[in-house]
Amino acid sequence: MELILVLLIGILYAAGIYLILRRSMVKLLLGIMLLGNGTNILIFLLGNIIKGKPPIIDPDLKVFTDIYADPIPQALILTAIVISFGLTSFAIVLLKRVYALLGTDDLDDLNTPEEEDI
Amino acid sequence: MIDNQIIATVIVHLFIAIVQLILWRKSTAQRFLSVGGSLLALILAFKLFFKVYDGEILTMNAANWKAPFGIVFVADLFSSTLVVLTSIAGLAVSIFSCVGVGRQRILYGYFPIFHFLMMGLNGAFLTGDIFNLYVWFEVIIISSFVLMTLGGRKSQLEGAVKYMAMNILASTFFLTGIGILYGISGSLNMADLALRIPKIQNQALVEITATFFLIGFGIKSAVFPLYFWLPSSYHTPPSAVAATFGGLLTKVGIYALFRVFSLLFIPNHFTKELLVILAILTILTGAFGALIKTNIRRLFSYLIVCHIGFMIGGLGLYSKWALLGAIFYLIHDIMVKTNLFLMAGVIRQLRGTMDMNKLGGLYAQYPKISLLFAIVLFSLVGIPPLSGFWPKIYLFKDAFQLEKYAFAGALIIGSFITLYVIAKMWAQVFWKDTPQPEIIEDKFVKMIGYRKTMLLLPVIILASASLYIGFNAEAIIHVADQIATQLLDTSPYINAVLGGQN
Repeated sequence: MELILVLLIGILYAAGIYLILRRSMVKLLLGIMLLGNGTNILIFLLGNIIKGKPPIIDPDLKVFTDIYADPIPQALILTAIVISFGLTSFAIVLLKRVYALLGTDDLDDLNTPEEEDI
Repeated sequence: MIDNQIIATVIVHLFIAIVQLILWRKSTAQRFLSVGGSLLALILAFKLFFKVYDGEILTMNAANWKAPFGIVFVADLFSSTLVVLTSIAGLAVSIFSCVGVGRQRILYGYFPIFHFLMMGLNGAFLTGDIFNLYVWFEVIIISSFVLMTLGGRKSQLEGAVKYMAMNILASTFFLTGIGILYGISGSLNMADLALRIPKIQNQALVEITATFFLIGFGIKSAVFPLYFWLPSSYHTPPSAVAATFGGLLTKVGIYALFRVFSLLFIPNHFTKELLVILAILTILTGAFGALIKTNIRRLFSYLIVCHIGFMIGGLGLYSKWALLGAIFYLIHDIMVKTNLFLMAGVIRQLRGTMDMNKLGGLYAQYPKISLLFAIVLFSLVGIPPLSGFWPKIYLFKDAFQLEKYAFAGALIIGSFITLYVIAKMWAQVFWKDTPQPEIIEDKFVKMIGYRKTMLLLPVIILASASLYIGFNAEAIIHVADQIATQLLDTSPYINAVLGGQN
């Protein structure tokens, strides 16, 4: 299980960085999303995966005696997913707006000479 | 000591933003609320500052979960000083926005988003939990995305794409760092991490984690070679927004670097060298970039980059006096950089352009305003006894003491080029005759009295703050000295958070 996740993280990071380095705006967006997912799985992996041991304490015991699954990484990932969902939806709208305004998907075309405004 | 008043400023800004959302499209009510709320936040910030002034460290456990298990808010002198500075800058920008931001932008929710941004800034300064810091950073960047794109002009959107991509990337790096850190140490509380990190067997992995944090915060604070998004986006939004960004957003990155590298990852020889080299290159590239720009705001953007190097260098030297100088510079820089962009906004109202080639003759037409601007520009350059001068003494002193001659040289070149650029700008904008008087579009003359006051009052507030920093340097040095001591000896911080149980 761990090995698969390690490979998956590697692929997601590599693909994400490759896509970010492309000139297309859509690929930039996809790259950011893949990188974000890679990070989420990284947190999940580094929180030590333990199967079938919920962190629920026996009513008779005062402290944990058994090994248990750490709930914190999942809470972190949940927060990170919600945040990246918000950021991604904003980014999609922004890129769509830029595309509508400039008619191009190439990041190198985003250098219109100065226009004066407030 | 536990004190729930720590997050008062955060709550004030949250409350204002929510009320303003209810008062959607009622621009006058929003203006009054914004200025009143910022004033209240400033008073609360000062109250907090005087509580921690004598070295006490206040904490607050969210939902009463004891540290290190819950999220903890910590107010030491460093945090509360920055909260005060943020509140002063916030008040100034809020007053300026009432007139300086177009009616359409206000109708589309400029003020609520501005207060969400201020809330994020205050939260980032006050939190004592590394993941909570990430969340505050996200609050900051999502608000800043909206502020940057509000209005939807072409150049704004182009700048926003670069800004957005780099900032999301920075957050991803930061989050990766947090993930690894949690994996190797099992804690998220910064005080708890400070105790656990030295005990970790695999110190090489700790250094890699530190690099993730350095890259993440480096992008946010515009350190060489990660600063390119800044000059290509900061000149696009309205001046009030640019002032908030230029004065405060990069400084949050600096604050986070100082906090993380003094508390979690005590810099070793390699990290120190790396930070100093980055600082030298940041100063030089920023300064040379500023040389060739003719648009005032682009020029100021490069000066932001240049002066970020001064603070990073102070952190890289990591001695008491250098840290003192860097923190003094941070205090001075927030006031001055915010003011520079507000001044650019005023110049735009006076002349309808921010291109130096088309500007001129401001001194002849508006001598009093020009003299006000001169105070700010002199403070920026650091003419003694104004505020930019004092921190440089400490930075120079320790750069020579620790034999970092390249950094001392970069400081001299950076300061000198700043002087040259500002002198050039002064000659072009204020002294030169107006090249084409017929194209001048002076909105300022036609304004009624109170609108003129609303534009100039924030510049006066920030200029007086700069003057106070310059003329009462002893008090600021005392504050910066205490902050530097707290950064170098973190045991009071750790004890305050963990309640002395270790």
